[in-house]
Amino acid sequence: MSLIAFLGAIELGFIYGLVALGIFISFRILDFPDLTVDGSFPLGAAVSAALIVAGWNPYLATMIAITAGSMAGLITAWLNVKMKILNLLASILTMIALYSINLRIMGRPNVALITEETILTPFNNLAETLGISSYMLMPIVFLVFAVLIKFALDWFLASQIGLAMRATGANSKMARANGIFDGRMILLGMAMANGLVAFAGAVFAQSQGSADVTMGVGVIVIGLASVIGGEALLTPRTITRATLACILGSIVYWLAVSLALNADFIGLEAQDLKLVTAILVASALILPGSRFAKFIRRGGKS
Amino acid sequence: MIICENLRVTFNKGTVMETKALCGLDLTVPQGQFISIIGSNGSGKSTTQNAIAGELPLDEGRIIVNDIDISDWPAPKRAGLVARVFQDPLAGSCENLTIEENMSLAYMRGRRRGLGRSVPKAARDQFREKLSRLGLGLENRLGDLMGLLSGGQRQAVSLLMASLQPSSVLMLDEHTSALDPRIAAFVMELTSDIVTENNLTAIMVTHSMRQALDYGERTVMLHGGRVVLDVSGTEREGLKVPDLIAMFEKAHGEELSDDSLLLS
Repeated sequence: MSLIAFLGAIELGFIYGLVALGIFISFRILDFPDLTVDGSFPLGAAVSAALIVAGWNPYLATMIAITAGSMAGLITAWLNVKMKILNLLASILTMIALYSINLRIMGRPNVALITEETILTPFNNLAETLGISSYMLMPIVFLVFAVLIKFALDWFLASQIGLAMRATGANSKMARANGIFDGRMILLGMAMANGLVAFAGAVFAQSQGSADVTMGVGVIVIGLASVIGGEALLTPRTITRATLACILGSIVYWLAVSLALNADFIGLEAQDLKLVTAILVASALILPGSRFAKFIRRGGKS
Repeated sequence: MIICENLRVTFNKGTVMETKALCGLDLTVPQGQFISIIGSNGSGKSTTQNAIAGELPLDEGRIIVNDIDISDWPAPKRAGLVARVFQDPLAGSCENLTIEENMSLAYMRGRRRGLGRSVPKAARDQFREKLSRLGLGLENRLGDLMGLLSGGQRQAVSLLMASLQPSSVLMLDEHTSALDPRIAAFVMELTSDIVTENNLTAIMVTHSMRQALDYGERTVMLHGGRVVLDVSGTEREGLKVPDLIAMFEKAHGEELSDDSLLLS
């Protein structure tokens, strides 16, 4: 594997680490099987790309993308909490709706950002000043993003509201009996989760130089693979370890993908990626007695 | 003080499965009174508690706690006035949270939650002190996951949790029935102590006639979603299980047929 491929995998690992953190909030903390992410990831990309192309400030565009993602999460949560639609189905409905919305936002299936100024432009300039290629600096930039968000999430989950959110996912009846408005916690958590995923989508589009309406396909499975893989590597006894596991899992996932695609003798090509990911997640579920199996199956109940 | 007026609750309304769980239940518990509710399966004991807690919508009737009509309040809002201990020892706490986190959840019951740390330092000392009275050594295990505790230990902690914040009504739903007899007796003694110390208004649902007569100061029997027997004071003194059965049969004009109620 070349250095470029290696650093590219690390970069993707940190970006998708944010997706894994989002999925950790919905699946793990709230016990809410949320497929909205397949729509909110490209939503973040679409909103930021469309606004940047229209000449908006890239930071503002990214903030709006995060807000849009949170709104998507809120809609899913609202369908479930207020309209009493089964959580999984509610998320699928939002996901499908977002496909059309994303096309509307961009006006076409993809938007190129190569020549635009993005939130990453200052870092590209910095790399130039330092006399290194930007692909060498980017992993560090995304490391900082991911670590900052990880610590912010840790801090939140260790607060009274954060604890209330964890109790909501673990035992909603007990939560209500202790004065926690569980519906509000689901709304808040889903907004956070999808805002985070939309942020990842926005950053992904800006780092790859384009937003594409199909880029969300299978994000949920990649995210789950990261969460599951991370848990296998680090037994997450505490929240700080669990969030670290999400990011670590994502990096390992993308390194493994990069390795597999670069090893010609296996014969895997880029189009096999989603199949391999699905098989990976399925095997983790099938493995007898694995605690991931328990987690996902529990996560899948209504 | 809690007043339940003409409570009516129907399950599966409008379907062939329709069941009238509460049919005009009236119950007033004065401040500081400890009552036990007894009744056979399906008599409406648990439904009454769930209705008071706000987990079940009322078809009709009013629930008034300390002169506040809480009939339309959602369950979490009522939690500031009503504390609960559930029948299932696993239901009253979160197994994947630590003991101190669980206690902290209860510590914030009825208070506004913010971005302050989940387990405040001052609270931790209080938790330790409360736990030490159990004599189970849990005061040294604040950071252990709740799931590591036995059912009895969890129920004892749930009981402490329910008393961490003052409440207007403490509701105990057959909270010793899933425990082995020795632990059940321990939890029951603890209940009695906590209720007396804090001068709590408590409503204990039980399946055991013995328990219903031994604890508290008033025994209420439900049948068919109504109060059919209500004994307290001198009338209740020296009352034995057979007396209670006789009173029930006299009051209701039918034989008590629930074996589990008679045998326990």
